[in-house]
Amino acid sequence: MARTLINLPRSARRGEVIEIRTLIAHPMETGYRPDASGAVVPRDIIRRFACTYDGEEVFRAEFFPAIAANPFLAFTTIATASGTLTFTWEGDNGFVQTETASITVT
Amino acid sequence: MTRRRRAMLVAMLVLSLGGAEAVGPGERRSGFDDMAPETRAMQLDDMANPGMLWVAEGEAAWRRPAGPAGRSCAGCHGEAEASMRGIATRHPGWDQAAARPISLEDRINLCRRERQGGEPFAPESDDLLALSAYVAHQSRGMPIALPDDPRLTPFREQGRHIFEQRRGQLNLSCAQCHEEHAGRRLAGSVIPQGHPTGYPIYRLEWQSLGSLRRRLRNCTVGVRSEPLDEQEAVALELFLMFRANGMPMESPAIRP
Repeated sequence: MARTLINLPRSARRGEVIEIRTLIAHPMETGYRPDASGAVVPRDIIRRFACTYDGEEVFRAEFFPAIAANPFLAFTTIATASGTLTFTWEGDNGFVQTETASITVT
Repeated sequence: MTRRRRAMLVAMLVLSLGGAEAVGPGERRSGFDDMAPETRAMQLDDMANPGMLWVAEGEAAWRRPAGPAGRSCAGCHGEAEASMRGIATRHPGWDQAAARPISLEDRINLCRRERQGGEPFAPESDDLLALSAYVAHQSRGMPIALPDDPRLTPFREQGRHIFEQRRGQLNLSCAQCHEEHAGRRLAGSVIPQGHPTGYPIYRLEWQSLGSLRRRLRNCTVGVRSEPLDEQEAVALELFLMFRANGMPMESPAIRP
């Protein structure tokens, strides 16, 4: 399990634009770098990130080898109802990580 | 003009003069002050600072029992917020058994071997960096406070000697870049004064967290020099920390 840091407001007013920021520990190995013996290090990157808000997808991102290690994402959505946000990172070598966070909307 | 008013004017003048002095050429600057605004913002925001991933991991490791003794760091030291506060400001610190100063990473490994009975962590491993980042983080904002311990003096002087000695194929000493030419540019980068205020640092070039030892190794490679041995490295670290005495800790800092 990779370590993640997720930041979003605990509560918001209905209709308010909220900012969500995520950080995940991942080497994002490009697949182009040689190791000490000269052999190419196989690619190991996150390919896809998605955020769902009560089951509805509100943000999605595709990742490529040029993205730095430990990728940081900041995006916004509109607070519609109290509920759960689910964050999923998927990548090479069967990497899948899911985290959840809840928000109270008044 | 009343006397009181005149006294106030004098006081203001003195204050403004004092202010002007504080930005003189002899000022010590952290590498933080010369970074791009975006990189500084990254360091100051705990949600954007990737070093905090290691701190969070270190916090979990602090409470996790380890070794055959099944004892966690917290089992002896309690809450790190209290017991580890200021510890990083006094390292490298004296170790009685080894009769020499040791780095914070060595101290963690010593505890792991002797108190927990476990295998020491490999240098620069994520496990070791997580714990050292978590411990150093407890000193963030505190001034570096290396004690004026007479036992440390010979090692500090050895460190000063290494700092001032020309080394490697480029025949450069640390002092030539980081004192004489500090603030000037080496290609596009500002040469920092080399104060170790934020270790372990997340260096963007490394795409990872790394210790002061790793940073020094980079510098020796840079001047095409033989690497420092264990004792020379800790002596140089000791001198650098002593030279930065009083500067606030930033761990985990970001550097370009």
